[in-house]
Amino acid sequence: AMEVIWQGREGRKLSSRELFVLTYGALVAQLCKDYEKDEDVNTCLDRMGYGIGIRLIDDFLARSAVKKCRSYSETADMIAQVAFKMYLGVTPSVSCSSAAGNEFSLILDKNPLVDFVEELPAERASLCYCNLLCGVIRGALEMVHLAAEVTFLQDRLKGDAVTEIGITFLRKAEDRKHKRNK
Amino acid sequence: MCNLLPDEETAPLTTVLHPPEPDPRSLGLVNGRFTADGKDVLEFLGNPANYPVSIRFGRHRLSSNEKLMLASMFHSLFAIGSQLSPEVGSSGIEMLETDTFKLHCFQTLTGIKFVVLADPRQAGIDSLLRKIYEIYSDFALKNPFYSLEMPIRCELFDQNLKLALEVAEKAGPFGPGS
Repeated sequence: AMEVIWQGREGRKLSSRELFVLTYGALVAQLCKDYEKDEDVNTCLDRMGYGIGIRLIDDFLARSAVKKCRSYSETADMIAQVAFKMYLGVTPSVSCSSAAGNEFSLILDKNPLVDFVEELPAERASLCYCNLLCGVIRGALEMVHLAAEVTFLQDRLKGDAVTEIGITFLRKAEDRKHKRNK
Repeated sequence: MCNLLPDEETAPLTTVLHPPEPDPRSLGLVNGRFTADGKDVLEFLGNPANYPVSIRFGRHRLSSNEKLMLASMFHSLFAIGSQLSPEVGSSGIEMLETDTFKLHCFQTLTGIKFVVLADPRQAGIDSLLRKIYEIYSDFALKNPFYSLEMPIRCELFDQNLKLALEVAEKAGPFGPGS
């Protein structure tokens, strides 16, 4: 992703990526003030992400000019290697975690959204800090007629070894008759 | 200079009379003898102060209603066409050619169709369609006040679309750079 870099006060260089990460942090912090329960914050983040995903997908398709994926596996690869790279500048590794071939796991080595976050505060132990990403993926997939469940299976912020996003493709919706949700 | 109405999503060739840019005396779109606000073409042409004049002729522009009819009819034909096609997973109707115009259609993986009506000899429509997709994803989808599947009334979208159309129209029958 292209970064715009400008000179801050006292010569400190700021970047648009920093601004993005800070903005995301501010968003999560505000939601934590608005909602007492972690589940509510998580749900809100997911919903916001969904609203982004249903629009971002067209930007992704227009810019990357990729062809239609022919399998769930290709789709998962596309998300990790092209989409994540394009928007977050990172490439999670992909593995298939079910014999049926519809469950996938994306392991994030680096996650720019948590650049400034080391661990969750004690009172927010169940917070899925990056849950917005799950909503984005879910919304984007829905617009190309793929129903999926997307959640964080592991989270370094919660003390797990890695950060892992699980994508489970549900029974494929019929192509032509599927009505797009807003 | 094109004079596009704000809610146009595609612009067939238009009739425009005007002195060279920039000029507030531009007459704009003429239908028959009069413009939309009642100005008389012959009066305009009779006034030497308006010269030199640049004229572009084109097809009768579709009204919004006609466009809705075209779109809904084409949408159905497209669906039928994909079903009838002997090819599995057909891409649907990409082009419809007649003596007087060519209809180009590009369907995205999200199911949005971009339809352009153009002169049969006009080249570069494929890249124009892809450019329109980019413009749509930038200025319509990224506008937080735009609701999906509603008519697009975004100023930036209109401006950028107009620019893209001008580039494509100038390209002529041999593509951009001709």
